[in-house]
Amino acid sequence: MMIKIKQYNEIPVDLGEILRYMNAENNAETVSIIEECLKELHSKLSYKVCYDQFAITLNGNLVDLGFTTIESDNLSNNLKDCQSVIIFAATIGIEIDRLIARYGRLSPVKALAFQAIGAERIESLCNEFNREMTLEQSGLGFYTRARFSPGYGDLELSYQKDIFRVLDCSRKIGLSLNDSLLMSPSKSVTAIIGVSNIEKNCTKKGCSSCEKRDCSFRRND
Amino acid sequence: MNVLEYMKSNILYLDGGMGSLLQAFGIKPGEHPERWSVSHPEVITQIHKDYFDAGSNVVLTNTFGANTLKFDIEEVDAIIKASIENAREAALKSANPNPKFVGLDIGPCGKLLKPYGDLDFEDAVEAFAGMVKAGVKYGADLIFIETMNDSYETKAALLAAKENSNLPVFVSNAYGEDGKLMTGATPAAMVAMVEGMGADAIGCNCSLGPAQLAPIIDELLEYASIPVMVKPNAGLPRELDGKAVYDVLPEQFGREVLALVEKGVRAVGGCCGTTPEYIKELTSITKCCHISDIVSKNRTLVSSYTHAVEFDKKPILIGERINPTGKKRFKQALVEKDMDYILQEGVNQQEKGVHILDVNVGLPEIDEATMLTDAVCELQAIINLPLQIDTADADAMERALRRYNGKAMINSVNGKEESMKQIFPLVKKYGGVVVALTLDENGIPESAEGRIEIAKKILRTADQYGIQKKDIIFDTLAMTISADQSAAKATLKALEVIRHELGCHTSLGVSNVSFGLPVREAVNSTFFACAMERGLSAAIMNPYSDGMMKTYYTYNALHDLDENCGEYIDFASNLDEPAPAKAPSQSKPNNSESYKSELQRSIVKGLKDQAAGLTSNLLASENPLDIIQKEVIPALDIVGKGFEEKTVFLPQLLMAAEAAKASFEVIKTKMISEGGQSIDKYPVVIATVHGDIHDIGKNIVKLLLENYGFKVIDLGKDVPAEEVVKAVIENKAPLCGLSALMTTTVPAMEETIKRLREEAPWCKVVVGGAVLNQEYSDRIGSDKYAKDAMDTIRYAEGI
Repeated sequence: MMIKIKQYNEIPVDLGEILRYMNAENNAETVSIIEECLKELHSKLSYKVCYDQFAITLNGNLVDLGFTTIESDNLSNNLKDCQSVIIFAATIGIEIDRLIARYGRLSPVKALAFQAIGAERIESLCNEFNREMTLEQSGLGFYTRARFSPGYGDLELSYQKDIFRVLDCSRKIGLSLNDSLLMSPSKSVTAIIGVSNIEKNCTKKGCSSCEKRDCSFRRND
Repeated sequence: MNVLEYMKSNILYLDGGMGSLLQAFGIKPGEHPERWSVSHPEVITQIHKDYFDAGSNVVLTNTFGANTLKFDIEEVDAIIKASIENAREAALKSANPNPKFVGLDIGPCGKLLKPYGDLDFEDAVEAFAGMVKAGVKYGADLIFIETMNDSYETKAALLAAKENSNLPVFVSNAYGEDGKLMTGATPAAMVAMVEGMGADAIGCNCSLGPAQLAPIIDELLEYASIPVMVKPNAGLPRELDGKAVYDVLPEQFGREVLALVEKGVRAVGGCCGTTPEYIKELTSITKCCHISDIVSKNRTLVSSYTHAVEFDKKPILIGERINPTGKKRFKQALVEKDMDYILQEGVNQQEKGVHILDVNVGLPEIDEATMLTDAVCELQAIINLPLQIDTADADAMERALRRYNGKAMINSVNGKEESMKQIFPLVKKYGGVVVALTLDENGIPESAEGRIEIAKKILRTADQYGIQKKDIIFDTLAMTISADQSAAKATLKALEVIRHELGCHTSLGVSNVSFGLPVREAVNSTFFACAMERGLSAAIMNPYSDGMMKTYYTYNALHDLDENCGEYIDFASNLDEPAPAKAPSQSKPNNSESYKSELQRSIVKGLKDQAAGLTSNLLASENPLDIIQKEVIPALDIVGKGFEEKTVFLPQLLMAAEAAKASFEVIKTKMISEGGQSIDKYPVVIATVHGDIHDIGKNIVKLLLENYGFKVIDLGKDVPAEEVVKAVIENKAPLCGLSALMTTTVPAMEETIKRLREEAPWCKVVVGGAVLNQEYSDRIGSDKYAKDAMDTIRYAEGI
């Protein structure tokens, strides 16, 4: 076993997602702000992922990862029939935080746009990484499950500490964990992807699988 | 023999990887390797011995993360004691006859420093100081700071090493493939800061193989006057049968490192994936290498957390606008602690093209030391230009320099004994390029010769403090020619001699020359041209002056300092652009929309420049308060109501609010210049609670509150409860707004409310943030849950 690192140069932009994170409608003024921000952001991002694969043992709502045991109904459910997991940490780097901070002081509308772009960028990075893992596993005869992060459902945020220790995030991709369990750089994600030899047809995806129906970011799908 | 002595005539061989070898001995994922010094001393000693046997002169103790943020102080002490003993024992057991040294290894503390992380700079210094003290106590020969990917954390570690030991300190950073640290610093920026603070060697390690590190090494060698070292990885790892394999094998590694030694690298070893076999290979292949002397590069550098600025042929522009002298609006901002105003002044100058920002916030009625330190930290959070710290207060200077991320300019020292006694120790300790004024106890000599004599005295004294000539920039003091016709000639002559005969760089506050004369810009820009011709290295100047900027870009183009006249053409093309339209813009009013006035329309449409221009026009005929009441507030109400009715979205609301703010700024400047009354309603204290670093929502609320005329005291993010309480009491604020984004920080919000209830019972509390809802809000005892910014405004207006 070994912690691996992936770097990406470019990830396609999803304008619709940026607008959704901005709570904005698709009009010319907003789109022109987003475009201006994307231009300013150009080549300042550093897309990095570090990850490793771990064998797991499931027992009721306990997931034994070897280096720690997680107690969570939702995660256990998500990992049903899985023999291992890929745990990863992804970040788009510190520059987006600088831009958000800069415009937080100068132009809140641009701060809002950079914030939304950052959210879209890190999610797109995770999607791309996920897609590659699914492809890689399918080549080995395995199937992957939807990624699951600390803070989802009943999976305690405090498991971030274990993930950070085992993936050596600080050294591998320059990601650190604050006392309040927030990550720096802020546009970063840690997650667990289940790997199984059994295919599972997922009926509920994304927002439709979430109980929080009054969320302002909820997608209508 | 001291390690530095040894390095003078030898290549210093460092060790290789530790973590990868420990895996072979069975260390588990997530286990702290540092604990193995205590639990498995025989393993650690064996690894060190293998490195000494392979030819290493220095082994680094197994103490990479043994700091007080990860372990309690007793365990840090125990780990460092055991680790140094392991290394010492290995040195004794090894048959290698060469001198052997034990380096106290200090890696990153694992947390990011503020403002982007939550670790305070001084807490980082303290965590590293604990390691250094133990290292000294148990007899390390040198301190080796390594794998740092952030310049600020590097500074904290280096400061801790210098403050708590007299040992040699080596500093090595981890650069990414883009040739920069994770937080953005270039190798030249690191040389400026690290060498300025008195490190004994500088280098890079980890992340890449020797060949990929070559460009970074080139840059380090180009600028550094101290030995350069390298500890590359064995290339890139891949997985083979469940084990990590690196793609550069020992022989290739040796060859590639040899190429770096031939360029002038003086200390070599390996990092991840390297083993004693790699070290053996590289010691044998480099042993016949010619050893080049370490030469002083004599380059004058200042730096920020991203890049270095060099004083060389092309003159450097230092923006002078962050300074209250003669500016009522700026003074008002300082009194009100209105940091946004200061930041805006910084950003505007950056956009005008200055290279360095002078920061002067001295005002008799404020606490200058605190204000200066805050201003430096806040500017560095959003602007990546190096700063020139400008104060006459030595205590304020020290506090600001300590917190500065990079190598600052220090403004200033002069020929008075007292001044040199105060300032030179600061230059020596924190690094910096210091502006030296050619005046002394007897004032400013009228003649050039008198000023040159003072310059020589300053150089002699600086040398006694160990400060090099390259770090002193002389200001030969521009005096007004309206008082003394020969003043400019003396200034220029002194400047020329100091630049060309003493070989020092020079700087001038150019605009003093025209004091008391009409059309000052003409005098200033011509004097500026004369000074550059005579050897001026930098000017402290007003970048908003087109005349000065024209002279600057023209001078560079005429002196082959501007490739293809590119900068000149860029500058000229921006000059041709017409001023922002003050009349209606290109977007035509929709028939269905009717506005009472153009100003209202420009605010509703979010047209900032237009709103400011129209306000300025209106002020010629109308009373400022009338403009606010009849124009600005009604415009905001149109948008605010639309937002509440969901016909206007958040971005439009914010654009309108920013346009309104631009309008207010024009009104405020006018009122202050006329000595008018404050136009604020009651004060509102707002903050993102302790532990939370998200502030976009809070900033939006702040903007709207200001628009609606409230005096907002913004405490920022990650604010402890006691600071909120203190601000509420000091300002007798009837309302306090708290924001939290994470479930984990809601308890901090609850605690803050509890403290407010006890100590400031009059104050209403409004809460908001992604994680909150009515239920949470009730549970933690707030007065109001605001679902969005407008909701907060409506509540505030009702109090």
